[in-house]
Amino acid sequence: MKYIGLLSVFVTGFLLMYAVLDFPAWGDPNSPASTHLSDHYITKTLEETGVPNLVTAVLADYRGFDTMLETSVVFVAGIAILGILRKRSSTTVPIKKSGRLRTASPEPDLIIRTTSRLLLPAIQLFALYVIAHGHHSPGGGFQGGVILAASLILVALSFSLRSAMLKAGERLMIILGNVGIYIYAGVGVLCLLSFANFLDYSALDWLYPGDAVRARYHSMLVVEIGVAFTVGSVLFLIYAALSSKGAMRRGL
Amino acid sequence: MIWQFDLLILILLVLTAIVSLKVRDLLSAAMIFGVYSFLMCLLWAEMGAVDVAFTEAAVGAGLSTVFMIATIHRTTRRSRD
Repeated sequence: MKYIGLLSVFVTGFLLMYAVLDFPAWGDPNSPASTHLSDHYITKTLEETGVPNLVTAVLADYRGFDTMLETSVVFVAGIAILGILRKRSSTTVPIKKSGRLRTASPEPDLIIRTTSRLLLPAIQLFALYVIAHGHHSPGGGFQGGVILAASLILVALSFSLRSAMLKAGERLMIILGNVGIYIYAGVGVLCLLSFANFLDYSALDWLYPGDAVRARYHSMLVVEIGVAFTVGSVLFLIYAALSSKGAMRRGL
Repeated sequence: MIWQFDLLILILLVLTAIVSLKVRDLLSAAMIFGVYSFLMCLLWAEMGAVDVAFTEAAVGAGLSTVFMIATIHRTTRRSRD
């Protein structure tokens, strides 16, 4: 069995190395990326989409399909982790005290509670800023969602997992994860219904004020909000499942 | 691009990578891995890829370290078999 694994690793590695030979040479001036692709993005992005941040424009518009499926991958990964770790709380065996690295004190510390109370609004406001301002500055749905999940994890660490789960329950988080992908794919379906290609935002100019360029600009924001929903909720669920051995009751 | 700064970060990157593999204690390995991610984030920011640096800081240095520590906290010191 071990040798089959080794053999499959070597075969896959060889195939990957073989596929690399088809790539253009490093720094090749005649490769498509150097001749017209990069130039197009750098010079045309602002007039085509109205978004100053090229990275966001490429991620959410030019390669929107890629980002949509990436978001689905995050969601499926979260569901898979839950499927492996999650167990009914009645069947969990009590954890032996001697086996733990250290036992957490049952009552959270006053200084930690007060500090995290002060920090939480700032962190969540920053997350919303990162999502909404992803067009103009670094950031976007993915990073903003991660920061949102981090703020929920801060609640779980400084108070208890239970108090975080009271605000952001398991059922709600799974629904929000679904809603994120529905928002993203829904924008694509709306484009289809407007007689254009899937995720061709310029067809949505009837939905927003302004012309087709503004429609692409606004649709990117909608799509980023969907990504943030999925990433934020799924990452918090993964943390909750990992830190409570899947029982979702007592965290660290 | 300041090459002295680059060189320093790259040396530290290799060092932290080797140390996080070699160190026996899993908790310190996870912490050193967080340091590695943060150095990587510095390198991205220094090369001008601010979006990637942001993601690396949020996901690599932040959440994945928390995930690893949460998992290690739920393991036992000795294996049972």
